[in-house]
Amino acid sequence: MNNSQREHLSKINSDYEELYGFKTSSEYMESATRGLSEEVVREISRLKEEPQWMLDFRLQALDTFNRMPDPQWIDPSVFADINYDDLYYYARATEKQFNDWDDVPEHIKETFEKLGVPEAEKKFLAGASAQFESEVVYHHMQEELEKQGVIFMDIDSGLTQHEELFRRYFASLVPPDDNKFAALNSAAWSGGSFIYIPPGVKVDIPLQAYFRINAESMGQFERTLIIADKGASVHYIEGCTAPVYSRESFHTGVIELFAMEGASLRYTTIQNWSNNVLNLVTQRAVAHKDAKVEWMDGNLGARTTMKYPAVSLLGEGARGRVLSIGYASDIQRQDAGAKIIHAAPHTSSSITAKSISHKGGRSSYRGLVKVLPGATDVTANVQCDALLLDDHSRSDTYPTIDVQEQRRVNLAHEATVGKVSDEALFYLMSRGISEEEALFMIVNGFIEEFAKELPMEYAVELNRLIQLEMEGAVG
Amino acid sequence: MSLLHIRALSSTVYDAAEEQNKPILNGVDLDIEPGEIHMLMGTNGSGKSTLAHVLMGHPHHRVTEGTIQFQGRDLLSMSTDQRARAGMYLAFQYPTAVPGLPVATFLKKATEARRNEEISVRDFQKELRGHMRELEIPKAFLGRSLHEGFSGGEKKRMEVLQMNLLKPELAILDETDSGLDIDALKLLFSNIRENKTDRRSLLIITHYDRILDHITPDHVHIMQAGKIVRSGGVELSRFIHSEGFEAAVR
Repeated sequence: MNNSQREHLSKINSDYEELYGFKTSSEYMESATRGLSEEVVREISRLKEEPQWMLDFRLQALDTFNRMPDPQWIDPSVFADINYDDLYYYARATEKQFNDWDDVPEHIKETFEKLGVPEAEKKFLAGASAQFESEVVYHHMQEELEKQGVIFMDIDSGLTQHEELFRRYFASLVPPDDNKFAALNSAAWSGGSFIYIPPGVKVDIPLQAYFRINAESMGQFERTLIIADKGASVHYIEGCTAPVYSRESFHTGVIELFAMEGASLRYTTIQNWSNNVLNLVTQRAVAHKDAKVEWMDGNLGARTTMKYPAVSLLGEGARGRVLSIGYASDIQRQDAGAKIIHAAPHTSSSITAKSISHKGGRSSYRGLVKVLPGATDVTANVQCDALLLDDHSRSDTYPTIDVQEQRRVNLAHEATVGKVSDEALFYLMSRGISEEEALFMIVNGFIEEFAKELPMEYAVELNRLIQLEMEGAVG
Repeated sequence: MSLLHIRALSSTVYDAAEEQNKPILNGVDLDIEPGEIHMLMGTNGSGKSTLAHVLMGHPHHRVTEGTIQFQGRDLLSMSTDQRARAGMYLAFQYPTAVPGLPVATFLKKATEARRNEEISVRDFQKELRGHMRELEIPKAFLGRSLHEGFSGGEKKRMEVLQMNLLKPELAILDETDSGLDIDALKLLFSNIRENKTDRRSLLIITHYDRILDHITPDHVHIMQAGKIVRSGGVELSRFIHSEGFEAAVR
């Protein structure tokens, strides 16, 4: 690739500041305190009027967090700049939550309008939730779904209104001592979604949560719990953005998904955090008999992402799929991957990880496929494709395969690393297509497999994100 | 004024194995007038495909000497996409696959680029369907990734389809006839002949004279060691067929 081609691509996300990086008043931060302590944790719990068991859970998690070392399997430079004392762990911008956009305070409503959230809700969502800093400020679901017994609310309300259901599942897949950031989340968690789909109910159009960080040095500790009961189906989408600041912000989520017998659950992420956000998320799912879990993971933003969506295939006939794309440019590091555990016979899984590295960006695939004894008749496919747009960007794969069952286990792993081919560029240009558009078409083709899985409007948005500015150059 | 006017054209290509620039074209002279059909023949490695690539501006080839005028303009100062928009077209011998790029999207973009205007989806579909019918290309092709998993014959059809959409003034057909069975050859070259207007010139690169059954050239050239060593009429290709290249250039 030559210099002008590189330049075209360097414009990806170049209008981030204008489109997503704006900020609104953060007066509410005046009452917030920096740093995490027992006091802060007690205060969060008190504000939320939580039951004693949850306060105990938080305090124990805090203790775990304080004792736990950083993960050892990644180079420590990833964590070097984190200053836990500098962060705000809880902030709320409104006294309460609203279910009508007209009631949401003007400056917050404006933020979400600029991000297109109310418009998307009107057009193609069955329910939407908008989190601003630590709390969900807006929430709404179609009445029809409510009548069918669907629960979709912010997770804090989930705890107060459905404590028994909540307690049965909460932290059962990701215990606080799973990793340091799960411990941190467990101590400071606030916001996120609580979803329960009753047996046999199919939610055909997606539910969405939008996560917005507004203030500098903010830590957002989202916690999401989704239960699709027998034969139910649901598609949940999360979107994330933040203003650009010089200091780090934190997004540390814990997501737990439960797909009961015959259920179908899809979780889509379009993460486009600003380049000062550390995005360290633990995502885990279980699929029971004949259930299907799919993680669609799009990581375009954030300075550092560490995220390895996992599916445990617990029941016979269960299926798991992880399809991810990562875009790493400049200081960005996308350390993404997947984890699939085959714990029952006749289970199948597929992992497709695509990454684009550019301008010194670094992307990695870190994955585990494990087949437990007794899990016979298993199929697992892993496909990793990396596209390097220049010579000083980097892509690594760290695949681990652990097979403890020999009977009819069919595993395939394929990895490719490539550059944009001169031949493909030449071919497209020989049809009159300009260089920048040709390049865009090739990159876009590379991520097509991911884009085609998104609802139309999101595919268009993703397309736009990748194309940014290039289109302007073409006219 | 010639449509294409080539004088003393020499070029090199970088040879990665030997880490040096290897000369290929070595003083090519060629004139093509509007509406003419030229046939370029020669053995493997004589420089025929290189000439096609140099004309289209392939980045791996460097012109070291000579001039090319296309419609009176200095072709060598134009980028590949500019050349295409000005009316030059290359039907590739080995078209590259672009995974994830649907044929329909690609064709529309290319057509719009060439015509320098947006075309409504409906108008484009109508036009495209017509061209596809002529070439017996099934509708399902439109949703496939460009050239990905296409058979040799399907690729050739796709190249001719694009030519019909882009309506070039000069179409260079780089071994479009090779690898085709008799029926496909007939279908494609009858179509190429029928779609050729007085405003379109063809430069047909081929090893074989079997396409003479379908299309009659005005001029035949023989290329050897990077230059055109002999030119003549259609009788020259018949002579090559019976006596071979060696005899023709002796």
